[in-house]
Amino acid sequence: MKKIAVKIDDLTVAYNYKPVLWDIDLEIPEGVLMAIVGPNGAGKSTLIKAILGILKPIAGSVTIYGKPYIKQHQLVAYVPQKGSVDWDFPITALDVVKMGTYGSLGWIKRPGQKEKKAALEALEKVGMLPFKNRQISQLSGGQQQRIFLARALVQNASIYFMDEPFQGVDATTEIAIINILKELRKAGKTVIVVHHDLQTVPEYFDWVTFLNVKKIATGPVKDIFNDDNLTKTYGINYKVSIQE
Amino acid sequence: MDITEYIQLVFTDYTLRTITLGTAILGAVTGMLGSFAVLRKQSLLGDAISHAALPGIAIAFLITGSKDSNTLLIGALISGLIGTFWIRGIVTKTHLKSDTALGLILSLFFGFGMLLLTFIQKQPNANQAGLDKYLFGQAATLVESDVWMMAIVTSICLIVLLIFWKEFKMLLFDADYTKTLGFNTKFIDILITSFIVLAIVLGLQTVGVVLMSAMLLAPAAAARQWTNSLAMMVFLAALFGAFAGVFGTAISASENNLSTGPIIVLVASVFVVFSFIFSPSRGLLFKQIRFIRNRRDLELNKTLAFMHQIAETHEDISHPHAVKLLNNFQGYTRSTLQKLVEKDYVQINGSMWNLTKIGFNTAANLYTKQQTKDE
Repeated sequence: MKKIAVKIDDLTVAYNYKPVLWDIDLEIPEGVLMAIVGPNGAGKSTLIKAILGILKPIAGSVTIYGKPYIKQHQLVAYVPQKGSVDWDFPITALDVVKMGTYGSLGWIKRPGQKEKKAALEALEKVGMLPFKNRQISQLSGGQQQRIFLARALVQNASIYFMDEPFQGVDATTEIAIINILKELRKAGKTVIVVHHDLQTVPEYFDWVTFLNVKKIATGPVKDIFNDDNLTKTYGINYKVSIQE
Repeated sequence: MDITEYIQLVFTDYTLRTITLGTAILGAVTGMLGSFAVLRKQSLLGDAISHAALPGIAIAFLITGSKDSNTLLIGALISGLIGTFWIRGIVTKTHLKSDTALGLILSLFFGFGMLLLTFIQKQPNANQAGLDKYLFGQAATLVESDVWMMAIVTSICLIVLLIFWKEFKMLLFDADYTKTLGFNTKFIDILITSFIVLAIVLGLQTVGVVLMSAMLLAPAAAARQWTNSLAMMVFLAALFGAFAGVFGTAISASENNLSTGPIIVLVASVFVVFSFIFSPSRGLLFKQIRFIRNRRDLELNKTLAFMHQIAETHEDISHPHAVKLLNNFQGYTRSTLQKLVEKDYVQINGSMWNLTKIGFNTAANLYTKQQTKDE
């Protein structure tokens, strides 16, 4: 039996009166590359935000390797949705990536040469080294996404949460990103991705969670990625048209 | 009074020196903190806070009966903070958007403040006059202790800024991410907001409730045009703010009876307009110039490409063709042809033209070049 990286018990989250997530129980084993799929408004981003402590749940608990998030934040890296920040902010690509080192630096301490080197390596890994001094608004959407990915890579975490990293990127960037994700899994990391494109699930991921306010199913892609679960999640008769 | 006389006066006249120093420091601190307000898209927060401070001033006067500026400003600080937290409360607890919450609190507090002011003016004692200076500010009433107060707050603010620079920067850019790294974002947030409130309250005496938000926004908006670095932006905003204070005071001192606050704000607005037009990377002027230049280049390239098409039909690429042929092409003008000749892409012989070797190769590689430039 594999170790459990993330364990969620009875998690319920609501913004106003209606629950966005209802009574979620979920165990994410260590070392999987997992997609969270579900229709719009299913609570996919909310689930990630609740795990990361950005949102306060109404009930339930989340543990990372058996301890609450706040004690384990050094083990976790986060790639938010690209649209969540102002890309006209006066900052360079390198400075954004450097933020990935702030967590281990802690309060007040400034990043030095070591942090800069780590940031440059991460930029290299995502193929963005030539753009390190660009102001971030001068980058294309795909490049901005790679900057976010680089920032998470710098954190050198054990668990990576990514909110729609493939949204609005071209094919080249998508392939570059998925290759990095697969590398992370090979290195024994756990990667959890909010994903929209059902067609690519079997190709990219080995684990999947179906979510629509409630958890519909979770498990290995080859066992549970089927018409039955897709129909339960999306409410329409869904046919997987990928295998032959 | 002319300028040299004025400069002499600044160094000799105690009152003028106090006021100039006060407005300069005020401009610097509001510019600095204004950068944060602008980048957080909380530009209107300053407006709401300053308006929310008015009832505090009136209540402080009603309770203590004193017109000492520090007493009144403590009242302003308290009601400004109450207003700020109500706004936050409304945004988090209701469906209302932040602009609605800001407008609501702004008018509620300001209306209440005006009510109290008129009530105070109806009071029989003679002590009430002068509270209305907080509406539009009156720099002339600045005394040395006020300037000391501003200097101390500004220094504290600067020190805090330097200590928590990394945290501020990250919170401004990506608050959620900051939280996931284990930072207490609420603490950073409250720190920034408190300083913004403090700076606003400090400026009420000089610039007044109504115009105070311009002191926050104008220097920051101007500074943003000139730089892509946050540190530089904060520095420039402080500089612009300070200059606005100094120039504003100078203008109002040399043209008697013009009130200082509005002039400072106007000077700051001139900085904004100037920056919006003349900034090299973001300014309207250079943007327009770049746009026109790009269009010309494009026209030129289109013409060259068209000539390339014609030249290709012949085995010898430098075989002459009639200029008349080009009349079929819409983008062609005599001046574009002249420019191509100047660039050595084309040679003209009477009414015939031919492409040079360089011209032919350039034309053939027009598109591929653009792609390599991009990536």
